[in-house]
Amino acid sequence: MPGWLDYVIIGAKAAFIWAFALSLLPVLIWFERKGAAFIQDRAGPNRAAIYGVRLAGIVHNISDVVKLLMKEMMIPPHVNRIYFMIAPVLGFTFILSAFAVIPWADRFLVGGRDISMQVADLNAGILFILAITSLNVYGIVLAGWSSNNKFALMGGLRSTAQMISYEVPLGMALVGIFMVFGSAQLNEIVRGQGDLLFGFLPRWGVFVQPLGAILFIVAAFAESNRNPFDLPEGESEIVAGYHVEYSGMRFALFYMGEYAAIVLSSAMITTLFFGGWQIPYFPTEKIVAHSATWLKVMLAGGAIGSFVFAAVMLAWSKRIRGRFGDRREGEGMFLFTLNIVAGAAFTFFLVKVLGLAALPEWGARTVALVAQISTFAVKTLFWCWVFIWVRWSLPRFRYDQLMRLGWKSMIPLSFLNIAITAVVLLLLDRR
Amino acid sequence: MDAILFYILAFFAVLGGLLMVGLKNPLSGAFALILSLCSLAGLFAMLHAEFVFILQILVYAGAIMVLIIFTIMLLNLKKEEIEEAPVGWMRLLLTATVCAAAAFGAIQIFGDVQPVTSQVPPEFGNMETVGRSMLSSFVYPFEVISLILLVAIVGVVLLAKKVI
Amino acid sequence: MDPIGIHHYLYLSAILFFIGAFGVLFRRNLLVILMSIELMLNAVNLSFIAFARHNGSTDGHVAAFFVMALAAAEAGIGLAILVMLFRNRTTVQADDLTLMRD
Repeated sequence: MPGWLDYVIIGAKAAFIWAFALSLLPVLIWFERKGAAFIQDRAGPNRAAIYGVRLAGIVHNISDVVKLLMKEMMIPPHVNRIYFMIAPVLGFTFILSAFAVIPWADRFLVGGRDISMQVADLNAGILFILAITSLNVYGIVLAGWSSNNKFALMGGLRSTAQMISYEVPLGMALVGIFMVFGSAQLNEIVRGQGDLLFGFLPRWGVFVQPLGAILFIVAAFAESNRNPFDLPEGESEIVAGYHVEYSGMRFALFYMGEYAAIVLSSAMITTLFFGGWQIPYFPTEKIVAHSATWLKVMLAGGAIGSFVFAAVMLAWSKRIRGRFGDRREGEGMFLFTLNIVAGAAFTFFLVKVLGLAALPEWGARTVALVAQISTFAVKTLFWCWVFIWVRWSLPRFRYDQLMRLGWKSMIPLSFLNIAITAVVLLLLDRR
Repeated sequence: MDAILFYILAFFAVLGGLLMVGLKNPLSGAFALILSLCSLAGLFAMLHAEFVFILQILVYAGAIMVLIIFTIMLLNLKKEEIEEAPVGWMRLLLTATVCAAAAFGAIQIFGDVQPVTSQVPPEFGNMETVGRSMLSSFVYPFEVISLILLVAIVGVVLLAKKVI
Repeated sequence: MDPIGIHHYLYLSAILFFIGAFGVLFRRNLLVILMSIELMLNAVNLSFIAFARHNGSTDGHVAAFFVMALAAAEAGIGLAILVMLFRNRTTVQADDLTLMRD
């Protein structure tokens, strides 16, 4: 019978992964804006400020949220009211529940407990994510149909056809992963990626399943309705597709759902093909064994990074002095102080642990945990950036091109991938 | 605990089924059926059938129902096109009584009405055990099913294509 | 409340099956008829799974898997026929499809 502590641990894990996913949403919106600005060679958002602090446009998100909350949530007279109100909630909810099976670190051994860093260690974890993301289409379909509008209906239709078509290669690309790692449990797959191939290459999914990785990434782009597969929205063709009638916070829920889908896809790509929480060449036991060194290196890195950033901020604040004529000129000094404080804190703790030869067991495990969570977060963020990069670099497909790519190229290629994997595994006799 | 969960899920399964049969609009009916299918998925999970639980959501709720909803939206029926002739209440009641009596009689006679007490191993019903059984003792039905699916694909393509 | 046994699941399965059967018998919209057939197949699946749990063997799960594959094929073909019917006759009411009788 599980005690109260088990419930607390599960609650804490759920809170952590949701906080991770939700706190990435504003970061992603910032990425999107600044990335678009970078690719199109312009400045991007840099006006919204709180007491002169802009944080390179992150503060702009706060003004966005305030704007969306204040706006009226219109319900046009011609829509189907109940479905119209349920639709935005559905999509977002399904995406958030799929995060339950994403592992973000190796098992954490403390006080005789073996805590797996994953909310639900399902035996068929990947299939669960596939199932949940396939439910995600209902939000879009419902929105498109209940809006009672030709453009919205077209968006819903396109989205349905696209989701059905690309779910097949998405699932087929995973079969190779099942075959190589011999499990559908996400944590097992990540553990299997800790070994080395030929003694130097990490045994990541992308190295053992290159074709599968490409197919999966393309299908994941299509599943999250992002450019170049954003035909359900298609501003230039069907105005905004399924959310054309929405406003205020309901519209924002669609927007957040899209970014949550990007985070989920990135987390899945990371977990399946890029080693998840594995740090290449450093399995968990190795980090635990050398935890004192790892802690020192991490603290020193934090201190040096903070000081370098503080120096950059100082130079910048000198450069912009007198350009704005308002509080924004003080931003550089504010950030400088902040980074000096952070650097001092890092240095203080570094001096504290400098003489330490070895950490206690729980401390060593925590160091490994933090290192692995950071690795997972960095990899996920990188893939989120790729999503934005692709969006601002590629044009949209035409609809028949989309269908031809899905049915006539990707599905045969995924079958080919399965056949090749089977033959190679048979030749290596690693069944 | 189990009993409460069972009754909640059973209630939603039956409610979804009734709404599906009763509602005029086929799209509302489709969403009611999704409610029913998801409740059934929950019941499968309660019965230790993890793989079937996931397949139920993946195949039924995620693929078949999406296809049906796609068709409903594609046809986009007008209001007068979904009106149907009313059903005779006497006929309905009579059939319902006969069916219910037959079913419950059959369960009482043939069904084992002892509560489930047998414990199952933790790996019961997961992907590996079901897969092993599917590809060993049921390998011929498995191949036949794949053939049926192939025939279905060819048939659908033939039906949908205007010019062959 | 007595513990939940296999007969509870069987009763539920029977109820769902007959709800589906009523849909097939008394509704005239072909789309609803198709959905009712899906509900009947699901009710059968529930008894398969319940008996599998009761007997402690996974054969019932395999049967449920086959039923699902069949349901997918059936839905695909049924919907294709329905779309073709709608293209030719602009109706999905079973009562209006009397070409062979008239």
